[in-house]
Amino acid sequence: MAETAVSSSSGLAAAQPAPATSNSLLNAITSRLVIIVPYLWLLFFFLIPFAIVFKISLSQTAIAMPPYTPVFGVDGFFDALSQLNFDNYVWLTEDALYFNAYVSSVIIAAISTFLALLIAYPIAYGMARAPTTIRPTLLMLVILPFWTSFLIRVYAWIGILKPEGLLNQVLLATGIIDEPLIILNTHIAIFIGIVYSYLPFMVLPLYSSLEKMDYSLIEAAQDLGCPPISAFWKITFPLSLPGVVAGCMLVFIPAVGEFVIPDLLGGSETLMIGKTLWNEFFNNRDWPVSSAVAVILLLLLIVPIMIFQSAQARAQEQGR
Amino acid sequence: MNSLGSIRRSFAPWNDPNAKPYIAFENVTKKFGDFTAVNNLSLSIFEKEFFALLGASGCGKSTLLRMLAGFDEPTAGRILLDGQDLRGIPPYRRPVNMMFQSYALFPHMTVEQNIAFGLKQEGMPKPDIEQRVADMLKLVKLTQFAKRKPHQLSGGQRQRVALARSVAKRPKVLLLDEPLGALDKKLREETQFELMDLQQTLGLTFVVVTHDQEEAMTMADRIAILDKGEVMQVATPAEVYEAPGSRYVASFVGNINMLEGTVAERTENRARITGASGAEIVVENAGDAAAGNTVAFAIRPEKIKVSSRPPAQGTANVMEGEIYDLAYLGDMTVYHVRLADGQVLKASALNSSRVTEDPLTWNDRAWVSFAPDAGVVLTR
Repeated sequence: MAETAVSSSSGLAAAQPAPATSNSLLNAITSRLVIIVPYLWLLFFFLIPFAIVFKISLSQTAIAMPPYTPVFGVDGFFDALSQLNFDNYVWLTEDALYFNAYVSSVIIAAISTFLALLIAYPIAYGMARAPTTIRPTLLMLVILPFWTSFLIRVYAWIGILKPEGLLNQVLLATGIIDEPLIILNTHIAIFIGIVYSYLPFMVLPLYSSLEKMDYSLIEAAQDLGCPPISAFWKITFPLSLPGVVAGCMLVFIPAVGEFVIPDLLGGSETLMIGKTLWNEFFNNRDWPVSSAVAVILLLLLIVPIMIFQSAQARAQEQGR
Repeated sequence: MNSLGSIRRSFAPWNDPNAKPYIAFENVTKKFGDFTAVNNLSLSIFEKEFFALLGASGCGKSTLLRMLAGFDEPTAGRILLDGQDLRGIPPYRRPVNMMFQSYALFPHMTVEQNIAFGLKQEGMPKPDIEQRVADMLKLVKLTQFAKRKPHQLSGGQRQRVALARSVAKRPKVLLLDEPLGALDKKLREETQFELMDLQQTLGLTFVVVTHDQEEAMTMADRIAILDKGEVMQVATPAEVYEAPGSRYVASFVGNINMLEGTVAERTENRARITGASGAEIVVENAGDAAAGNTVAFAIRPEKIKVSSRPPAQGTANVMEGEIYDLAYLGDMTVYHVRLADGQVLKASALNSSRVTEDPLTWNDRAWVSFAPDAGVVLTR
């Protein structure tokens, strides 16, 4: 996008007569400057930190401060460079713990994402079909939970889900169950936590794609003999797919690396990569191995995103 | 009114007392909250008719169409299609199809898939669908665009896809909501004739909603003029233009001059109207105007003659004034003549010979005259 904007403006500049050249040159420079800002941001706050993490992942543990062998610094740079190796990555493949943690993280995140989609779709649909006057209010209500700290909200779920918690008290009092349900410290608690915490991230993109949709398309489908439910699957759902994909990405990606929810709600049994990372980092103080875990996690997430994006770009070119 | 007859083709079931209406609105009322969109309206549309609902925005014409399609149900009254009461029948079971104002083409489907959509719903066998889609594409001249998506088409092409999609199922009635509203003027004029041809070829009943009177005049067999949810007049285009039933209809369709006055004398079919711009007007076919009634005398600009010299003695309906404004439009010239009391009359003259210099110009004295049967007397 940015590239085409720049090239088209410079193309215009070339077509203009000579007196305007200096002016349009200035325009071209300023338009480039505008794009530079986000790139600089990414460079300083993403690429460089990532390079550092990657570098740490290649070094060895040391009982020192910081707890890894240094690499930067002028003296002995090449000497230090020769000490770098992929031992930590090899180590990750040797211990089944890491593999299991990755797989279980992906599975837990995938199930949670699917559940969030099931819950968020009707909410977003209802919002998009609500009268225009109350839509801002509904949108506000979706965002409202963010006004309270994420950590506090997750703690609140402990109070709700624990054996003598609110949920069990209500169920016992109404006579629906005879003994308390054990939800806390199970996978179910993690699903509840993730779905609850990330639901707005699913609702908002779904809402925005459903709200854009022209309702006369549904009327046209019905007019052509398509009953409402069938019209939903043939028209509404395919047209909301960009929102579905965006929402799933926004939930799945942070859910894979989630640490707080499995730690607080899932108990000690749960194996998730975020928790493993935490353990390596703070309990074992093995920065190089935890850096390697983080790098692998990033690759695990980036590769499917890139495949998806290129597929979408191709689809867009063919005319979605 | 029947004296004018139908000028386009000898198709006039509405004059036949034995003809059964194909679509009948019977005392239909539609309310949205406090707002009455359609008020106790009755209307008959005949088979194979090209019927236009004409009116300003908010007059209830689209609501009528949506009730016919099944998207809205009447608050009171009933709608019959071929004798069957449509109440409670959902849109997907009604034998009518609609062409939407926005076209409502499915953006994720190709032209072909869009046209085939309704046929697939019907459960038509695949080879038949393919054949029908090919026929439709040929009909709207879009065969080479079959694999395109709607956003890769021009406005006119999209309009034709929407049309093909809505007639593919061969509905009993095709409803068209402002079918040409989104097209530019030139394309609109071409498409008007294409639509008329299509209606003749397929032998369907068309009900078209439009706010463009020219469009309605060109295409329709009959026009219903609506205002505030009520029918003002239902008539052929020629009748609507030449014999409007009320001041509203007269001023809504085309250009017209209105002179207010009182009927001073009424004979068999002649009336003498005074007070209108200080002059006296003699009218034939005065309709139901009785002596003493306050009426409007309405006359179209092209029926007024303007001359620079007073007409011969004894000519009826002569008024003197001055040229207040004039506009040369190429095919004709429009004069605005200000009468003694300040009222401005519009008169148009066809430029049938190649004269570059007009004998009349600004501030010239001018005489306007018209025949006794050139205008109509409106009591409503």
